[in-house]
Parts: sequence; C-alpha cells; structure tokens
Amino acid sequence: QMHFLLLFSRQGKLRLQKWFLPLPERERKKIIKDMTTMVLARKPRTCNFLHWRDLKIVYKRYASLYFCCGLENQDNELLALEILHRYVELLDKYFGNVCELDIIFNFEKAYFILDEFLMGGEIQETSKQSIVKSIEASDMLQEMSMAFEGGRQTVFKSFL
Amino acid sequence: MPAPIRLRELIRTIRTARTQAEEREMIQKECAAIRSSFREEDNTYRCRNVAKLLYMHMLGYPAHFGQLECLKLIASQKFTDKRIGYLGAMLLLDERQDVHLLMTNCIKNDLNHSTQYVQGLALCTLGCMGSSEMCRDLAGEVEKLLKTSNSYLRKKAALCAVHVIRKVPELMEMFLPATKNLLSEKNHGVLHTSVVLLTEMCERSLDMLTHFRKNEKLVPQLVRILKNLIMSGYSPEHDVSGISDPFLQVRILRLLRILGKGDDDSSEAMNDILAQVATNTETSKNVGNAILYETVLTIMDIKSESGLRVLAINILGRFLLNNDKNIRYVALTSLLKTVQTDHNAVQRHRSTIVDCLKDLDVSIKRRAMELSFALVNGNNIRGMMKELLYFLDSCDPDFKADCASGIFLAAEKYAPSKRWHIDTIMRVLTTAGSYVRDDSVPNLIQLITNSVEMHAYTVQRLYKALLDDISQQPLVQVASWCIGEYGDLLVSGQCEEEEPIQVTEDEVLDVLEGLLVSNLSTPVTRGFSLTAIMKLSTRFSSVNRIKKVVSIYGSSIDVELQQRAVEYNALFKKYDHMRPALLERMPIMEKTAANGPAEIVQTNGETEPSIPDTKHLPSIIQPANQANDLLDLLGGNDVVPVIQTNVNTKPASAGGELLDLLGDLSLTGAPTPTPAPSLPVSQPPFLLDGLTSQSLFNDIAAGIPPMTAYNKNGLKIEFTFERSNPNPNIAVITIHASNSTEADMTDFVFQAAVPKTFQLQLLSPSSNVVPALNQGSVTQVIRILNPQKQQLRMRVKLTYTHKGSPVQDLAEVNNFPPQSWQ
Repeated sequence: QMHFLLLFSRQGKLRLQKWFLPLPERERKKIIKDMTTMVLARKPRTCNFLHWRDLKIVYKRYASLYFCCGLENQDNELLALEILHRYVELLDKYFGNVCELDIIFNFEKAYFILDEFLMGGEIQETSKQSIVKSIEASDMLQEMSMAFEGGRQTVFKSFL
Repeated sequence: MPAPIRLRELIRTIRTARTQAEEREMIQKECAAIRSSFREEDNTYRCRNVAKLLYMHMLGYPAHFGQLECLKLIASQKFTDKRIGYLGAMLLLDERQDVHLLMTNCIKNDLNHSTQYVQGLALCTLGCMGSSEMCRDLAGEVEKLLKTSNSYLRKKAALCAVHVIRKVPELMEMFLPATKNLLSEKNHGVLHTSVVLLTEMCERSLDMLTHFRKNEKLVPQLVRILKNLIMSGYSPEHDVSGISDPFLQVRILRLLRILGKGDDDSSEAMNDILAQVATNTETSKNVGNAILYETVLTIMDIKSESGLRVLAINILGRFLLNNDKNIRYVALTSLLKTVQTDHNAVQRHRSTIVDCLKDLDVSIKRRAMELSFALVNGNNIRGMMKELLYFLDSCDPDFKADCASGIFLAAEKYAPSKRWHIDTIMRVLTTAGSYVRDDSVPNLIQLITNSVEMHAYTVQRLYKALLDDISQQPLVQVASWCIGEYGDLLVSGQCEEEEPIQVTEDEVLDVLEGLLVSNLSTPVTRGFSLTAIMKLSTRFSSVNRIKKVVSIYGSSIDVELQQRAVEYNALFKKYDHMRPALLERMPIMEKTAANGPAEIVQTNGETEPSIPDTKHLPSIIQPANQANDLLDLLGGNDVVPVIQTNVNTKPASAGGELLDLLGDLSLTGAPTPTPAPSLPVSQPPFLLDGLTSQSLFNDIAAGIPPMTAYNKNGLKIEFTFERSNPNPNIAVITIHASNSTEADMTDFVFQAAVPKTFQLQLLSPSSNVVPALNQGSVTQVIRILNPQKQQLRMRVKLTYTHKGSPVQDLAEVNNFPPQSWQ
C-alpha cells in the first residue's frame, strides 16, 4: 500500500499532496519537509529509490516536478515507477502536453484524476481510456449542473 | 457584495508576490474575505471559496475554519459542490477530528445516489479516510455495492472494502460472499481491485487463506487469468510497452506468493506459470523487469522446486549486470533477502556483487556492502577482505563505521592466521580509525592479548602508526594500551614477523607523553596514555622519568587524570612493593560474546613472556579460568577447587627464602621480591569431603604409575599422575602425604620448585594436618607445564610441626616416570 504521494517543484514548493493514511497535520508537514530535502539532495544519476524510516521512497522527476511516493516494504518499487509514469500520462492526456503550470492552476483536477486512478494507496483502474472517460463524464456532469443553476449558463472551467 | 475573486485569479495574484511577507499579506486578506463569506452562508460561492482555501492550505497556511464548510458542500445537491466538498474533506479533515463523523450520513446518502459519479465520490472518500466508526456504519452499503454489476462502482467498492477491513478487521467475514465471482469479471479494473481485496483478506486471516486455497481453488483461477494476460495478443487498452496490464500481472503474482507460501500443493500448481513468466517476459524496459522482480520474489517465497529457484537467482544475477541503476539496486536488495536460504547460489554472483562496491550510487554501494559481508566465508576471506578494505578507504564517511565493524566481525570469524588478523585490524585503524565504534577498542585489545606470539609485532606496528598520526582516537587508545602492556618487547628489539625497529625507552615515553599534551587527544585517550606510562614503570628502567610525569598530572584539571595520577603516585610512594604485581602482564581475557576467536586459548598453556617475578613460584595470580579448567579436568565434578588467592599476608621474606632454595636450579633471581603465597587462606568445607583423592584422579586410566617422591621420618609423599586433559604439555600430579608416626604432623606445608623451562602451579592442599598412623592423608594438586618436554625434576621443601617441634626438610625428586613428561 502506498502511504502518500507528493508532487513538488525543484524549489521545494508543494504542488499536490495525497495521503493514504490518517496522519496529523504536524506529521504531514514533517514528511513533506523530509521528502523535499532528501529528494532534492539526490545527485543526478543515482537510482530512484531511497530508504526513510521503515518505508521505501520512490521518486521520479518529470521536467520541473518531482513525483515522490512512500511505499511499504513488500511493495514493488519498479512497479511504483510505472504507477508514477501512468499518472503523468493521465495528466498529459487530460491537459494536453501537461506542464507544471497546469497543475498549479488546476490542482483540483489533478486530484480528481488521481482519485480515479488510485484509492487507499492501491490502483483502482489499469485502463487509461477508462479513467479518461470517467473524468470527462464527471466534468460534463459538472457543466450540466451549472447550466441549470439559477438560469445562468456558466461553464465549469470558469466557475471556480 | 461583489462576487468573490475567482480561484485562478487568486492563484495568479499570489504568485506575483515577491517576498514571503507580501504573500502572507495577500493570503490574510483573502482569508478574511472568505471568512466573512462563510459567515453569510453564501451558497453560490461556497465551493469557490473552499477551493481557494485548499490552495492556500497547500502553500502551508492554516485552513481549519473551512472544515465545516466542506461538510455543507458535501450535503449540497450540486455536483461541483460535492466534488470540491469531498476533496476538501480528504485534505482538511482526518479521523482525529469529531467533525468528520458528521460526514457519515452524507456519505450514506451519496452511496445510494442515482448518479454513479456521486456514488464514486462517496466511495473514494470513505475508502481513503474513513474512520473505524464510519466504516462500521457504512460497511453494509459497501458490501451491497460490491455485488453490483456496474463495474465502475464495483471496483471502487472493492478498494473501499479493503480500507474497511484494514480499519475494522472483524468485518472481513461479511465481504466473503461477495467475493465469490469477482474473478470471473472481464473488466480489468474490477479484476485488479478484487485481487487486492483477496490479498488483504488472505494476509490478515489464516482461515481466509485456507478457505481460498482449498474451497475456492483460487490458485487455478489466478493461474488462468495470468496465462491469458501473457498469451493474449495486443490489447491497446491495457498495453504498456508491449506487455498486457503489468499492474494486474504483478498483483496476481503477489497473491500467488501468499497462497503458495508454505503450501506444497499450491506451489506446485503455480510452478509452470512462474517459469513461463520468468522466461518469456520482455526485459528491455522497466515494466518487464518489474514483473520479473515480482516473479523472483514469489519464487523465493513459495515451496518452489530447486530448478525454479536457481532460475530466480540467475535472473537477479542478470539484473546486477543491467545498465539501469534501479534494477541493480533491486537485485542487491533481493539477494540480501535470499542470501541466508540460498547461500551457494548467491555466492556464484559474488564477483558481480563486489564490483557493485565501486558503483557511483550511494544506495547501491550500501546494499553491496551489506551483501558482501553476508557472503564472506572461510574460503573467500582473503580476497573479500582486500576488496572491503579498499572500499573502506574510498567510501563515504557515513559508511565507514558500519564497514569497519563488519570487517572486524568477519575477520574475527574467518581470519586465516593471527598475523593476517592483526594486519587487518591495523589497516582498519589506520585508514578509518576515527570512525571505528567505541566498543571496538576493548574488543580489539582483547583480541590482541589473545594472540600472544604476535605481541611484539603488534606493538611495533602500533608504535609506528602512532608516529605517523595521533589524531584517530580508537587507534591511539589501542596503541597506548599495547605500548603500556608490551613496551618491554618494543625496546628489546625482538620481532619475528618483521624487521625489528630500534627504539629507546625515552623515545617511547616521548610518544606517550606527547599524547598527554596533544590537543587532538580526548580525555579518554589521555587516561589510556597515563596508565600506559605507569605500566611501563615495571617494564622500563627509566622509572624516575615516569615518576615525574605521574606527579605532574596529580594536579591536572581533568579530574579523571588527576585521580589516576594521584593513585599512581601513591603506588610509587607507599605501595611500591605491590607495584610490580599490580602492573604485571595482563592475563588473557575471556571473550564474553558468543563468537569467540577461532581457537580456544588456555591460560596456562601459553608461556607468558618473561617477567622475572612470577615464574617459578608456587602460586600465581590467575583469573577464574583456572577454576574452569580444573573443573573440565575433573569431568565436571562438583568439586570446587580452591585457587590459592594472592591476598597474601606473608612478608616478602618468604619469597626470598624460597628463591635461595631454588638458587641452584638455575633460576634468575627476581629483582623485586614478590609476595609468595603459600598458605591457603580459606578452606571450603566441602572440598574433597569424604572423598579420597584417588577416586578423583583416574591414574589407572592415565596409565602412568604412581611413585614415591619422599619417604623420611615417617612422612611419606606419593605422587599420582593424571594426563587426561586437553593440553598434553600439562602434567597433573597429586601428592598424597601420609604419616606413619604416632603423632600428627601439623602446620604441614608442601612446597615445590621446578627448573626454568617448566611452569608450576600448586593448588591448595586438602588440609595442613597429616594425621598420625596413616589415618588419612593430605592431598594437594600440582600442575606442571612442560612445553619443551624436558625431563621433569623437582625440588620439594617440607615444613611441619611434629611433637611440638618444627621440622623442615628439602629433597630432590628425580625419579619421575618417563611417561609423565614425554
């Protein structure tokens, strides 16, 4: 089971935090600090795995963003790399050539996509198509619900 | 009231802030606006405000005042509200707050909503952060959804069930019926989450595990699904670099691992598919290797046949040669897990593993180091140690302590020779001396004392190392201790192992005094060197210089040093006669740890280096080892031997007397008189109680005939021999003194002396009254070490009181049977 998934920039700014275990705010802040410190300190051509407390940490850099997750001992690190990669692919499909700015300005969507892919630290869907379809349908639902709100025709993207 | 600023605009604005202070100001302003908006119960823009709050929360600012608002959003009918509300709940709430319980009803309603995406939101939230209470309340709903035909909901319900079981394991049972046909689904999402659910159940409950093995025949089902995945053609929906749904494959392999562990039938049923996956999986990309990795883990954990195991280890061996660092790392980790059980197979890859010590990646180096230590054995110790020492030289400081400890351990277990062992220790101390653990210092000292023939070599090497570098404290401490102990060997210029160096006493003292004053020395090191200097007072002749040093430190500001110096001073002044005995050579120390050195050292089997004062006198200060040895000798009888303690009360003159006595046996006279213990101090009541001495010593078995050593004036002393002990150089003689006169002989003391090449130990006599008329005898045990197998000769002195007058006699005993000393 994955314990957490974090996205942060090369300057250490947090862009997304998903926690699969109940942890107090103080503990979360500590983990974020430790992860950013450890991962940003890694030299360029080292392997993508680290040890921290009793967890295996898997991280991968995509452009200006670091994707970092914490795994239990029996989890497969090599597969975790594939999981991170799949998430990036999903974001890319949705946003079209996704970059860090997309995730900054549309963080809530990044979460929605993640919540269709993982749940409780486990994969819930292995088909890219299926996930993308679900998100599109949910977005549509949102637009429709807005459309009927008080006669105003507003599009989801601009409501928030 | 203008509409609240939009989310994207807020983000844009905040990003323009140039300083932390500016950002904080913006955030505070917006939070104030949001707070008032919340107070006004504005339904329209609530979700916008909460979204903004979530953004600010991600930047690290407090957002707890939005918690209740999230609940209101969840309760709303609008999908946008629900989406943001549930997201907010997952980010801002956790089960520690009571607020989250208020969600329970909303979630319950939404689980039954007509729109599947709303149900999905509820399931997701429950499955990510539901507390135990919530899980208990809603488990029934989840179970219902697990049986739906809607695969979108079914897969989410399965993972939600996993969460429920993790939180409330007792509820596992209720999900069992729903699992019946989960695996017959075509939808991969459902298949994957079902496998996760089944895995969770099998891991948590042995009953479940057995049920799934036997009743549900899970293994064949899984094998079939896996086979389809591998054999099926290209499926665009699930393809990853040419492999069909690797996520599902890995998950199935993991479940197979659990099912096959410890179960022969299950393991056999999966043998073929495992072999197939292991041989057919494409290894050019990470994804294929991820599957192979999981396969290897499964093969190693179940009861697989040996061919399969070898296949697995070979896969790991191939991984080690892979260009991809991640794969090498994973291989090393797995090999570390299997090295205990499949040691020989892993040994075959030893050279590759050792090469990984030179890898640039820190994580890989560490794993390679751990694995290397696990692979060291008696056959490869020399080669491995060379690599490990080279590694120690060049590795990061973080590794050095662990590496040094590992080297010491390996060296202790497998050292091919003492010289090699000492050399290895020296190498570690000189290259990584400051990283060596503190507890290594006493361990090393103990090792050095045990390698008696290497003392001269060791002290010489340590001395030379000190001349080079006094900054590494563990090295300095061990070196000072050795110089203090074996300084006489150092200046005497004897060294067999290498060219002896010429060094004077003054030079040695210079070095030790240098340690005392150097800034680099820690207080502990200073203590070591002061003690070493003091010890040299009995080994060197420049006593005055030592006295001076010691007295200077009597006023040191370091309390520990001061105390030592004052005590040593007192030793010079008031207790000078005790000084040699107190500072004499240390006996060989017993190893307390389980892995002792390879050879068992016998304390009296070693010839002690020449210290004139203790050699030929009847009793020696020996540690409790002697007692143990004697017990071994007696075959574990419960007799407690009395070691003559040296808390002697006899004045030195007794020693002097004896020395005169033994003068013509060509002994060197001791420069300082030593206390000669001769009378037993205590008499344990049970010693030899009711037992005649003969029954304890099986001289018949030894085959050496007894002899009469002395027979005069009614006092007859017989010697019986015993040779059944581990060291053939030791002769054990029991004397039996009997008295044929009509009067008792009281205050009976038996003393013996032997030539220089022998060493003698006299144990306590059974009593010091030889009863009259042969009514009993006094027995006493003598142990003689005769390493050069020379002819045994002995001079005895007998003193006793007979009929009121003291009697004293000297005699030589030369009629020892040849078997006693050959």
